[in-house]
Amino acid sequence: MNEDTILLAHGSGGKLSHDLVQQTLVPLLSNPLLDRLDDCAVFDLSGRLAFTTDSYVVSPIFFPGGDIGKLAVCGTVNDLAMSGARPLYLTLSFVIEEGFALGGLKQIVASIREAAAEAGVKVVAGDTKVVNRGGADGIFINTSGIGLVPHGVDISGANARPGDKVILSGPVGDHGVAVMSRRQGLEFSVPVDSDCAPLNHLVAEMLGASPNIHCLRDPTRGGLVSSLNELAQQSGVGIRIEEARVPVREAVQAACELLGFDPLYVANEGKLVAVVAPEDAERVLAAMKGNRYGAQAAIIGEVTAQHPGRVVMKTLLGASRLLDMLVGELLPRIC
Amino acid sequence: MRYVDEYRDPELGKRLVDRIHKLSTRPARIMEFCGGHTVTIFKHGIRQLLPPTVEMLSGPGCPVCVTANAELDKAIALAKEPGVILATFGDMLKVPGSRSSLQQAKAEGGDIRVVYSTRDALAMARDNPDKRVVFLGIGFETTAPTVAASVLQAEAEAIHNYFVLPLHKLCPPVIKALLDSGEVRLDGLICPGHVSAVIGSRPWGFIPTGYGIGCVVSGFEPLDILLSVEMLVAQVERGEPKVEIAYRRGVKPEGNPQALRLMATVFEESQATWRGIGTVPQSGLKLREKYRSFDAEAQFQIDPGPTLEPAGCLCGDILRAVKTPLDCKLFRRVCTPEHPVGPCMVSSEGSCAAYYQYGADHE
Amino acid sequence: MCLAIPALVKSVTGQEAEVEVGGVGRRISIALTPEVKVGDYVLLHTGYSINVIDAGEAEETLKLLRELAEESA
Repeated sequence: MNEDTILLAHGSGGKLSHDLVQQTLVPLLSNPLLDRLDDCAVFDLSGRLAFTTDSYVVSPIFFPGGDIGKLAVCGTVNDLAMSGARPLYLTLSFVIEEGFALGGLKQIVASIREAAAEAGVKVVAGDTKVVNRGGADGIFINTSGIGLVPHGVDISGANARPGDKVILSGPVGDHGVAVMSRRQGLEFSVPVDSDCAPLNHLVAEMLGASPNIHCLRDPTRGGLVSSLNELAQQSGVGIRIEEARVPVREAVQAACELLGFDPLYVANEGKLVAVVAPEDAERVLAAMKGNRYGAQAAIIGEVTAQHPGRVVMKTLLGASRLLDMLVGELLPRIC
Repeated sequence: MRYVDEYRDPELGKRLVDRIHKLSTRPARIMEFCGGHTVTIFKHGIRQLLPPTVEMLSGPGCPVCVTANAELDKAIALAKEPGVILATFGDMLKVPGSRSSLQQAKAEGGDIRVVYSTRDALAMARDNPDKRVVFLGIGFETTAPTVAASVLQAEAEAIHNYFVLPLHKLCPPVIKALLDSGEVRLDGLICPGHVSAVIGSRPWGFIPTGYGIGCVVSGFEPLDILLSVEMLVAQVERGEPKVEIAYRRGVKPEGNPQALRLMATVFEESQATWRGIGTVPQSGLKLREKYRSFDAEAQFQIDPGPTLEPAGCLCGDILRAVKTPLDCKLFRRVCTPEHPVGPCMVSSEGSCAAYYQYGADHE
Repeated sequence: MCLAIPALVKSVTGQEAEVEVGGVGRRISIALTPEVKVGDYVLLHTGYSINVIDAGEAEETLKLLRELAEESA
């Protein structure tokens, strides 16, 4: 029996399962709730709860700047943080393809531990299933996350008001380019890491600077433009941004030019868009710049009563252009 | 980025726009033939900036848009052959054929892979000796030499499982067909920049001399387009149509002789069917007899099934610039990027996609 | 059509070259521009250089653009 790979038996509940969980998974993620090894975690919690779930199927599983484990933690933490919640506990469910390298699994769990430690969250319940070869693309991860929304905080995509400023936490397109650079058939050497990061501390600092943060969104799939469109539609307002103000790393711009992508539509995993009352915009911006994940934050535009539900961009040349939602996926093109 | 950023300078752009406004006194109908130019124009909102005397039209220079249904059906049929890997540029994946698309065929189990380069397709052939890799050869004279080079490399390395389905098309004959149709009245033509990098500016000579229409070969950055418009407007004002190169850093009058040589070694001209325009003689490329062993048309029994054209689709008229997407009853209502009826909506540089994406009817 | 981007040639080996655009690197074929040298910029299209960029002409075009801009000012 090859001890270096995951076997069907690892998911069946027998000795091999038991050993995997007790000897590998739990020790790496150890905390008082998880260590009890009960069928569920039991804890006291009162206040306004935030609750989310997500699944992670990224390919490739390991990419520059992270892996599916880091992504799973950060993605879940960020979902909670986008409503101003303090993330507390996560659950983790693995669906692993038979034959997956045990070393790879350990690396993923180590990434999870590291990301959870940075975010200050605990993994309190988990599950492991193994499917036949071909039944999963290496490994899929499902999570759920629970957090507490501080009293008085009301952040929602429907709260944007004309006059509000739109603030972006940093350069866009890093994650999508980092992942794309490793896809088969696109062999570019790109000095770009995924920006995958937990943003809950950044959000806490922003809330410390001002209670007038109306909306928060993390622009993942579909990029910045999709998030802005969602906000515009949910709030029934228009949004105007300026192309010259949106930060993009040179290497990301170059990779996008090569493949025919627009960085505004490329996925991010460590960025947020904030819609803030105009009188507090500078203060919130300053707080963001003081955090490592907001060092390059910039005010990129504002909310308007005109063209409700639509996002318009002032181009480099000063003309206006509609920024519509991304349709389908970004595909490399020659034209 | 060098040779890119300088041609996006907003200050220079504004001044150039001012100059065009001052210069233009007579109506000037200018067509950009090339889809890449269409994208630049829409992306930067250039139409909005120009004076009312200058009218811009988009032409059929989108190799995806002009791929006929019958041709795409062949590619889809090939993709369904067992043991075949169909390698394609991403542009073609979502284009609807008569009954299906490559994306749909992929979802149904066809081994279809998106590549950035024919080099990647060659690598697939090397790595999968038990499979036959067919490369879907679309694109104009910019891309055809690269496909020719891949065939020569396959020959040199004795790679026997690499094939090309040649659907390449040539620009000068189709521009001639467009002008001959008399459907579109033009004062100036913005000529494709990267096609000209290969074929040079000389092939466009027949346009001013035969039709009295000015030609400027343009680059792809916003300042390139504005410069080209300025040069065409100047030609119109003086009544002196000629061929000029605005994209001097990328295009020489003689083009790239080596690229032309490789293209001529592997390919020969053939008749081609352009969607919306019909059959145009000597406007396509097929593999020469010598390279028959790499020709997917010769090496496979392809049964694409009967060809169907989508009802109500105005792609043909739009490609010939006699209608715009706004004239099409299906535009935005039935035909959207998610559910495209015709290729003009699918291709990233098709007119319909550009109008939809960048909101030509906005402001 | 024809996405081609200016790329800097960093090294040449036979019919191939390593090029770089804004920090992004790729190995490409120079079969269409065999005369290319390290330090040249080429137009990169689908993994091949389709032409060598004429630095002198690029400078001339920028000069022209600036002159036209001056006349408008």
